[in-house]
Amino acid sequence: MANIMYWEAIQRAHDEEMARDPLVICMGEDIGVAGGTYKATKGLYEKYGPLRVMDTPISEGGFTGLGIGASFLGVRPVIEIMSVNFAWLAMDQMFNSAAKVRYMSGGQLTAPCVFRSAGGAAHQLGAQHSARMEKVFMGIAGLRVVTPSNPKQAYGLLKSAIRCDDPVFINEHELMYNMKGEVPDGEYFHPLEGSEIARSGTDVTLFGYNISVHWCLKAAEILDKQYGISAEVVDLYSLSPLDRAGIKTSVSKTHRAVIAEEDEAPVGVGSEVIAIINEECFFELDAAPVRVHSALVPQPYNHTLEKAAIPDHEDVVKAVLKLFGKA
Amino acid sequence: MKIEDKKRVLREMVLHRRFEERCYQAYIERKIGGFLHLYPGQEACCNGVMEAARPGHDYVITGYRDHVHAIKCGADPKAVMAELYGKETGSSKGRGGSMHIFDGDKRFMGGYALVGGPFPLAAGIAKAIQLKGGDEIAICFLGDAANNQGVFHETLNMAALWKLPVLFVCENNLYGIGTSIERSTAVVHQHKRVAAYNIPADECDGQDIEIVYEAARKAVDHVRSGNGPYFLELMTYRYRGHSMSDSRGYRSREEEELWKQRDPIFILRDRLIKDGAMTMADFEALEKETDAYIENEVIKFAEESPEPRVEDLEKYVFADRATQLPWLTGKAA
Repeated sequence: MANIMYWEAIQRAHDEEMARDPLVICMGEDIGVAGGTYKATKGLYEKYGPLRVMDTPISEGGFTGLGIGASFLGVRPVIEIMSVNFAWLAMDQMFNSAAKVRYMSGGQLTAPCVFRSAGGAAHQLGAQHSARMEKVFMGIAGLRVVTPSNPKQAYGLLKSAIRCDDPVFINEHELMYNMKGEVPDGEYFHPLEGSEIARSGTDVTLFGYNISVHWCLKAAEILDKQYGISAEVVDLYSLSPLDRAGIKTSVSKTHRAVIAEEDEAPVGVGSEVIAIINEECFFELDAAPVRVHSALVPQPYNHTLEKAAIPDHEDVVKAVLKLFGKA
Repeated sequence: MKIEDKKRVLREMVLHRRFEERCYQAYIERKIGGFLHLYPGQEACCNGVMEAARPGHDYVITGYRDHVHAIKCGADPKAVMAELYGKETGSSKGRGGSMHIFDGDKRFMGGYALVGGPFPLAAGIAKAIQLKGGDEIAICFLGDAANNQGVFHETLNMAALWKLPVLFVCENNLYGIGTSIERSTAVVHQHKRVAAYNIPADECDGQDIEIVYEAARKAVDHVRSGNGPYFLELMTYRYRGHSMSDSRGYRSREEEELWKQRDPIFILRDRLIKDGAMTMADFEALEKETDAYIENEVIKFAEESPEPRVEDLEKYVFADRATQLPWLTGKAA
């Protein structure tokens, strides 16, 4: 096990897959000569050259569509969209071309491409550089959505996404690229479907994904030490499809649920998880599930306002205490 | 073009015309649903370009006015009609419809219904050809109105930058849905807009197949020889409305009649008659024979084919699950 950073894990997955298959390419803004805004493609340009490591113009709709078109012929492009805010410009191609082509061609064509993008609020990046958009992607038929919470997942999910014949959107987070964690030394493929228990517990389930898994883990620690509440943390690394069975199993054990997301509440991950709880295990509940989420505002620039808009581990603790009638 | 080729292409163009007119009838009879965009008037464009290219070898992609392009690439007219009927035997197994005809085996990469959407896809197909090192080219057929989308410019820029083997064919039929080109586009001659990207571009009459063919030969040679993209603008006209719900109130009947004087099928027919290669009686027989084929084989096939099964509603959303299990479950060998 190597202890490496999230960006290094992503870079390693690219490198291994590009070394194995000459049809794996990567493309995006500043990913080649400059090595990538978050270093996720560092050194690949020097190793694989400009035909396979493509510095694109700032044309998100255009280069995303270009990558999708190449994938129709068996090329496996890893398309980096520098910030998920810019993905709006590429969504026509992602949704209308990549996600639908298999269905509308009756299975003749497929778009085995990977879209990687950094989302989330970082530090005072303002309204147009702080979006969380996973909820938009997870409602699209034909598109898989995964979101790694640690370097092992970042490595293994990218490996699996490149090999999979379906288009996969990988939701990363601007604040997580320097996070360190253990990654297996040997080749590792993380499942594109399912969820995993990040911490086992008996009294309440905290559902998180990507950065909110870390809020949940921190909250579980506090709940255990200060309040004697045993929280289970479930990491929903696959947002589409969501792991119905995993959600049911954990809620049936703990009978209480909190869903923590950096997204705003309406039509969010929390709404969907609660709908699944209702459908799968409503009568297991001892209390109404609670959502922890951002305020419904364009992200403010001011530091204090920004902090007020985005939840953290303390909000998760508060939500659990409310659930137990202790707040 | 050789006489024999001209005679063969005339047969094909008559099939294309009669096929589309039969679709019109089937739509009125409610056998075909959704939106239906017909091609009559523009036949010399697709046929002229594809005669200069290699159907089934080169990759073709287009918008929603796509039936004829698919058939020209080699798709079976029976499968195309069955698709319009929404049948399991359709070219997209009834999941696509008129706007989404596909034939992967014939390298017809589909009809797409977002105006301009195929531009970057075509460049991507060309990128894949470049990576794999084949002698194929990508051909993107779209209308003039698609050039007002942002991805037109984004794609031209990338195609020129990376010298991609892609031929953009602009079928300029003077209308974007119901708005004339003068009212929607600052520069009416589309090839002029391409000059900014250092891509060679040409404009020619899109009604005379021999003129289209000569211009397309030059274009295809340029692209296939590794010189990068090329843009060919063909001046043409669609006789029908944009789709079936269009009563053509935005243009005059006189204008339509003027264009019909230069009908692509009649131009070629009259030339063959003048050259003594066929008679008017031959042509009339050809039309009858074509109609009989469409009725007795194409329509019959579509009518008699089965519907898709409701149990298969979700089939084709994702790749066959059994083949993807290592990546879905993480249990790779």
